[in-house]
Amino acid sequence: MNAQSRTKAPAWAIWLPLVLFVGFVALVTIGLYRPADRAVGSTLVGKPMPAFVLPAALPDRPGLRSADIASGKPHLVNIFASWCIPCRVEAPQLGALARAGVAIEGISVRDSSEALNGFLKENGDPYQRIGADDDGKVQLALGSSGVPETYVIDGKGVIRYQHIGEIRPEHVPMILEKLREASQ
Amino acid sequence: MTAELGLAALWLAAALAGLQLLAGALALAGRGTSLAGIVRPVAVVQGVLALVAFLCLIAVFAETDLSVKLVAMNSHSLKPLVFKIAGAWGNHEGSMLLWVTVMGMAGGVVALVERRLPEPTILATLAGQAFVSLGFYAFLLIASNPFERLFPVPEEGNGLNPLLQDLGLAFHPPTLYLGYVGLSVAFSFAIGALVTRQVGPAFARAMRPWVLGAWIFLTLGITAGSYWAYYELGWGGWWFWDPVENASLMPWLAATALLHSVSVLAARDALRAWTVMLGVVAFSMSMIGTFLVRSGILTSVHAFAVDPQRGSFILALLAINIGGALTLFALRAGTVTEGERFALVSREGALVFNNVMLSAILGIVLFGTLYPLVAEAMGAKVSVGPPYFNPMGALFAVPMLVVLAIGPMLRWRRDSFPRIGRQLVIPAMLVGAGLIAMVAIGGVGILPTLGFALALGLGWASVLPLKGRNLRRTPLPVWGMVIAHFGIAVSLLGMSCESAFSVEKLVAIKTGDATGVGPWQIKLDAVQPMAGPNWTALEARLLVRYGDHGKVVQIDPQSRSFWAPPQQTSESALLTRWNGQLYAVLGGEADDGRWQLRLWWKPFVPLIWLGGVLIALGGLLALIGRVASDLRRIFAREKIAYRRGRMADLERAQSEDPS
Repeated sequence: MNAQSRTKAPAWAIWLPLVLFVGFVALVTIGLYRPADRAVGSTLVGKPMPAFVLPAALPDRPGLRSADIASGKPHLVNIFASWCIPCRVEAPQLGALARAGVAIEGISVRDSSEALNGFLKENGDPYQRIGADDDGKVQLALGSSGVPETYVIDGKGVIRYQHIGEIRPEHVPMILEKLREASQ
Repeated sequence: MTAELGLAALWLAAALAGLQLLAGALALAGRGTSLAGIVRPVAVVQGVLALVAFLCLIAVFAETDLSVKLVAMNSHSLKPLVFKIAGAWGNHEGSMLLWVTVMGMAGGVVALVERRLPEPTILATLAGQAFVSLGFYAFLLIASNPFERLFPVPEEGNGLNPLLQDLGLAFHPPTLYLGYVGLSVAFSFAIGALVTRQVGPAFARAMRPWVLGAWIFLTLGITAGSYWAYYELGWGGWWFWDPVENASLMPWLAATALLHSVSVLAARDALRAWTVMLGVVAFSMSMIGTFLVRSGILTSVHAFAVDPQRGSFILALLAINIGGALTLFALRAGTVTEGERFALVSREGALVFNNVMLSAILGIVLFGTLYPLVAEAMGAKVSVGPPYFNPMGALFAVPMLVVLAIGPMLRWRRDSFPRIGRQLVIPAMLVGAGLIAMVAIGGVGILPTLGFALALGLGWASVLPLKGRNLRRTPLPVWGMVIAHFGIAVSLLGMSCESAFSVEKLVAIKTGDATGVGPWQIKLDAVQPMAGPNWTALEARLLVRYGDHGKVVQIDPQSRSFWAPPQQTSESALLTRWNGQLYAVLGGEADDGRWQLRLWWKPFVPLIWLGGVLIALGGLLALIGRVASDLRRIFAREKIAYRRGRMADLERAQSEDPS
């Protein structure tokens, strides 16, 4: 930078910031819309799930034991709560999976049976069993740090896939594929 | 009810921002000059309404109104009140509302007090401010309504990330936001000046307090954020070159450059286009930083924290605002008339050099932050860390620090090194002594060695501008400059010592056993459970002693478990002495009843943040000095105007007097 000179910056230099900025916008647009797998992988994937026994959350169906899940056929284990908003968002997708014949087990975290009943009435009820995880211990043991999270667990009780956050409509085929892989 | 009131205020504020933009633009276009009169009052009312909306949000958080979706998602009835209130801005929607509130209020203040600039420039500035605000209002009202209701009402809220349940952090984001938004005012001034082609000392003086204010808040925000990461994350480090940290550093670098070029423009009427450019860049960095953090494009956080729709919205705002401003700059910069000339060896020359160095560091940080994205676009996953940032940054930081030591002694326009050469002898000798000392100690890396030596030299040189001055009559801005530059030396000394002399130890010991780190003797006395309002913890009682004869002091690091939402954090224990800090973290329990302890002795590490505070203090003194002299000038002008008016009245009265 020769400050003594009085010559103006060349015309292209004046446009340079704009050109660089357009490059930045192009780059982040690609980054934003590229379907990237942002999920945080749990170290538990590929390992057997921890053993647990949860009491029934509702009087009309049994609670959930790890032995129920490791029963020879793949299961979907959904960690949810009536007070969780993304859980409402994913309910239709769980319903669709249940209608497709998927065995779905629920773990309801810190909930009351009345609130749970209301939630299921309003949003549909895809669960075979629902275990009440009142202190969140089982949730933590499964390596889950929030609701909703959903696990694909094969017939031997090995965790094959962990889905963090709500299941969106575009995730359903992927979940079905994971279940198919788990049954082989 | 409170939520609806807030939403109504928000809609009204948005509508007024639209009116402000429209009236300002029409008045500038020469149509409806009567509209020009409403722009200032509208800007003031818009700011007040935004404030009302924000206060409503704080109210619903304070009473934990779980029928408001945002409260249910981010708060919990068991949380302490101060964190309930902090929860109002500890989330995406609330922080965006805080953003528009501060921006609206800043616009209101400009409308109320700024009378130095030609009226068209003010109209363009306020219209620009309204344009930027309008984008954020639209974002809030369309894509992230903070007042949305939820039915049925949940029994309990989801809680707030326990890492964020910390007093320092509760006030850290708003501090940074004040900085970001202050830069938006500088941005609007730059737009206003480009529209009317009025770039000159008056423009620089109008813009300077806002840049200074923003820069002070950014400095404090970065300092506090760094200290938070240091004691809360429990990793012993104070800067990780994490995208979120870089997002706050980049606006600071740009604002630092802008601050100095604005001074050149105000004092010497030089660097016109460059200052306007930096005004645009500084706010652009704020927006880009916000985008990078909010869109989740760089940090792979929990999947449901990432919302592509939100990311797209901020990206669109960014593209319109910054793209528009840069286009305007490219079209107008050629027609902004040239500023004054100056020699290479002069105060201006040094400031220009450091502006270029700061911009280069900014470019390096920006490139390093974005590089993972570039790589990902080409199909590779990489992360960029200290091995890139430290040496690349130092490449430009070292010459910048040398010029920083010399520059303040140079005269404006033209100077020569022989004139100031004698004053530089002692700083140069200090640098040499520092280098020799570090080499003699041995085993110290090249960056800490350079940093240590430069810190000594700069520390001495930074106070030289006071030499030969009457200290009582020295203007506050000069004091500010000296203290801020001295703060850089202090901070640099802390960084170098931390890097060169830290001692780390990881041990597993039983209760009753002793260990040591650096000069400290440490005994694990007991480990006991503790309970807080929304957490439980294991707390270790450590009895520590400095040297063989020091007093025994107790420190208590904790391993905390929060239950809403469930999360583990480690609360490190810090013991500060004049020459450093002892840092202890409690890890897990091993099978045989032994406890993991992580211990550090970090000599002079507090200087890093003390330096940060000094830098901000320097900025504050300069701001007070500038505002005070501005006010004095305004009062003097009004007095003169008043006297003239009186004289005219008297003369008229005399001439009209028939006697």
